[in-house]
Amino acid sequence: MEQTTQVEVKPVNKAKVRHFVKVMLYLAAITFIEFAIAFTVPHEYKWLRIVVFIVLTIFKAYYIVSEFMHLGHERRSLKMTIILPMLFVVFLIFILIFQAHAIFQVLY
Amino acid sequence: MSDTAVIVDESKKSIWGGGVAPMKASYGKLMMWFFLVSDAFTFSALLITYGVIRFSHPAYEGAIKDFVFSQEYWPVPEKVFEAVPFLHGVNLPLAFVGIMTFILILSSVTMVLAVEAGERMDRKGVEKWMLWTILGGITFLSCQAWEWSHFIHGVEQADGSFFHASLSANPYGPQNFAALFFFITGFHGFHVLSGVVLNFAIFFQTVTGKLERVGHYEMIEKVGLYWHFVDLVWVFVFTFFYLV
Repeated sequence: MEQTTQVEVKPVNKAKVRHFVKVMLYLAAITFIEFAIAFTVPHEYKWLRIVVFIVLTIFKAYYIVSEFMHLGHERRSLKMTIILPMLFVVFLIFILIFQAHAIFQVLY
Repeated sequence: MSDTAVIVDESKKSIWGGGVAPMKASYGKLMMWFFLVSDAFTFSALLITYGVIRFSHPAYEGAIKDFVFSQEYWPVPEKVFEAVPFLHGVNLPLAFVGIMTFILILSSVTMVLAVEAGERMDRKGVEKWMLWTILGGITFLSCQAWEWSHFIHGVEQADGSFFHASLSANPYGPQNFAALFFFITGFHGFHVLSGVVLNFAIFFQTVTGKLERVGHYEMIEKVGLYWHFVDLVWVFVFTFFYLV
């Protein structure tokens, strides 16, 4: 059967592609900063290193979820449906960090 | 009664009252998001477990240059992950995992470009970018296979014995360190594998023209969400396993 309808291909959305490349450069830059910190900040500043790593990771996660997964441009109700359940994760981190501390006290 | 008019005030009608998609997302896309929320819980539980077990073991206290592997304390990650393929015996801490991270970020970018091409009904563009995405996924999996076999096979010592980790023995640190490493990176790797299979499925549907006949490329977007999630999880695994 011969195809009669031709699919219309729209031209490349250059602004959008540039935006994605920019987000990629942000992600690469943040990863580079993480490496720089891993090799320049001495291990004596253990907690400073950990806090900075976690903050930078959350930045990366924000860019991936908001721009690549497009959640930042969705309806508010969809955003909240996805983000709010993550509070349970925060809760679990808090209770289990205390738990781990207690286990450590018993064992050592 | 035929002359009674029913006036519906459209401006006061709730978007939750039916007839419209209140979140402006299709059924399939919403379900993918909900699946990802549940998967995020699974990975959070695994990474928090890593944190709990790590904090219930003593940390290494001395200077980094004097570090030796011991079962008595948790190892310093940059001392464990320092091997790179083809550079045998060269000490390059975290270099290989940096390459792996970058490969996964790049494959995420090619995936959004495939979605962008799909929005323009550009079949050739979708094919091209999906192929790059699949290639990135396979490269990542190959890197991980190398890293695993490096730990399992081990490094030959001066006395001819091997320094290698498995689920039952682990010279790098406490036994749970190897168990958690294999479990969490393995679980993530299995997600990457499923992602590659899904990517190939939609690449196949694009090549055969099925998605063009359907009239839209939303399937690329849905599988894309999963693929970005796999990248997102890796960002966290990278931080908690390799950096902290």
